[in-house]
Amino acid sequence: MSGAAFRIGTGAGFSADRLEPAVDLVEGGRLDAIVLECLGERTVAFAHRDRMADPKRGYNSLLERRMRALLPACRKTGTVMITNMGAANPRAAAERTLAIARELGFKGLKIACIEGDDVSTLVPKDQPFMDEPGTLADVDMPVVGMNAYLGADAIIPALDAGADVIIGGRLADPSMFLAPIAHRFGWDAGDMPRLGAGTLVGHLMECGMQVTGGYFADPGMKDVPDLAQCGFPIAEVAPDGSAVITKLAKTGGCVTPATVKEQLLYEVHDPARYLTPDVTADFSRVEVAATGADRVRVSNASGSARPETLKVTVGFDGGFQGEAGVSYAGPAAQQRGQLAADIVRERMTRLNGKADLRVDLIGASSLFATAGLRASDAQDVRLHVTLRSRDKEAAELMLWEVESLLCCGPAGGGGFRGAIVPCVLTKSVLIPRERIRPTLDVTSA
Amino acid sequence: MSAPHRNAPRIVRDIAHARAGDKGNTSNVNVWTYDPADYGLLKKTLTPKHIKQAFPHLIRGEVTRYELPHLNGLNFVMQDALEGGVNRSLNLDSHGKSWSYLILGLPLDDEESG
Repeated sequence: MSGAAFRIGTGAGFSADRLEPAVDLVEGGRLDAIVLECLGERTVAFAHRDRMADPKRGYNSLLERRMRALLPACRKTGTVMITNMGAANPRAAAERTLAIARELGFKGLKIACIEGDDVSTLVPKDQPFMDEPGTLADVDMPVVGMNAYLGADAIIPALDAGADVIIGGRLADPSMFLAPIAHRFGWDAGDMPRLGAGTLVGHLMECGMQVTGGYFADPGMKDVPDLAQCGFPIAEVAPDGSAVITKLAKTGGCVTPATVKEQLLYEVHDPARYLTPDVTADFSRVEVAATGADRVRVSNASGSARPETLKVTVGFDGGFQGEAGVSYAGPAAQQRGQLAADIVRERMTRLNGKADLRVDLIGASSLFATAGLRASDAQDVRLHVTLRSRDKEAAELMLWEVESLLCCGPAGGGGFRGAIVPCVLTKSVLIPRERIRPTLDVTSA
Repeated sequence: MSAPHRNAPRIVRDIAHARAGDKGNTSNVNVWTYDPADYGLLKKTLTPKHIKQAFPHLIRGEVTRYELPHLNGLNFVMQDALEGGVNRSLNLDSHGKSWSYLILGLPLDDEESG
């Protein structure tokens, strides 16, 4: 690889991702930048709930641990960190990070906070949904927050300002990779083929280990070496936007054309039209080629004009979800579990219409129940009941009913567990991009 | 029961690998053959019509197939195929992450292997 390559790594591909492989990557990867992608649509909604409960919270709950582990390595190696760990409260996340940096004695460390993704005052109630009939006004639940997906153009000013750590809320996943790549190579904001190529790199990297052998192993068909010690990915990006995807040599996992291809179209619909805030990316003619052990070159991505609208995720308080189960094993376990399921359905009819109820028999028919697949004589099954309701009491009643099966249900049932967790609902709308004004605030430790 | 040919491919998983993703109530599954020689068989087996017919209660909307012949891949976009999606589905797998193995479990449409 020529010395001109830009080296960028992934240090988290989702909110609960592992930490120590990220530290290994910053320490040994000779990276220019590392991205921690920690948001999903529902993650943001849950973060808004956290913030409503405590105005100092609402950012990624692992932020403190991640910063304490990664800031020293980034400081030592001169690696810029870009993250959306700010979730529903980027300002509080940046302030916490600043306090940690001062505590660690990292004088002069520049921390950038990007805001402006919270658009809750900018979206009218009659705003139609992006991909389904109806408007926001049709949802009979309290809104917890609204966030627009910000693109590379919101992140590049922070790089221009020389920030060492860039923290935002709803920064779009691939944009966090595209921004430092475009910034390094001085790509023009109108150079859509190059922005498409940088977006491909971001798309391949944004889910972390999903391109280095995670979420891939299928024993006997797709064996992955040392998956327990899987490494996070590195992209070595050339000035034309082509890249080699690789990982640290000492780590587990693998980078092969197959791992790259599965990620290439992960959550992609039309491969020729992948919409981001930055570009309409075209992955339909991408070339994927192994160039060495755990080295795969990707090239030939392109792009055309960016969408005129930005996607906004609207989060609602969705009430509560209760889950409860009891297990049955041995002869006729499936029949006994089925009887338990019938009993729960019959006794829960008193809640009819007030809650959504689902009854599964894990081991015989659960994930593929609606698909019509069912075992015939399973010997080890678990009744699993799920209920969602605005009303917490409905969930409590369901847990009680399932627990009562221990004495009142079929023979041999055991292992009751039950839990109630809060729920969120999310919807998507589109708003004109000029309505959104990202802001930047840079503070030195 | 007649003895199957040992090692003869029977289901899609024998010739291909796949990954599923979700956007709202739409599922997409990308499928890739290990051997380019099997791409024709994959295309013959996995038609949108066949996939929809295999799981009529689950896949309620339109199924679109995108082809990447130079990578021996197909991408299926299945509307209204996630029991309401992660917001509404009470399926334990509310994202439909396991839908890749619904596709990989389908029998191959291989007349010669009967």
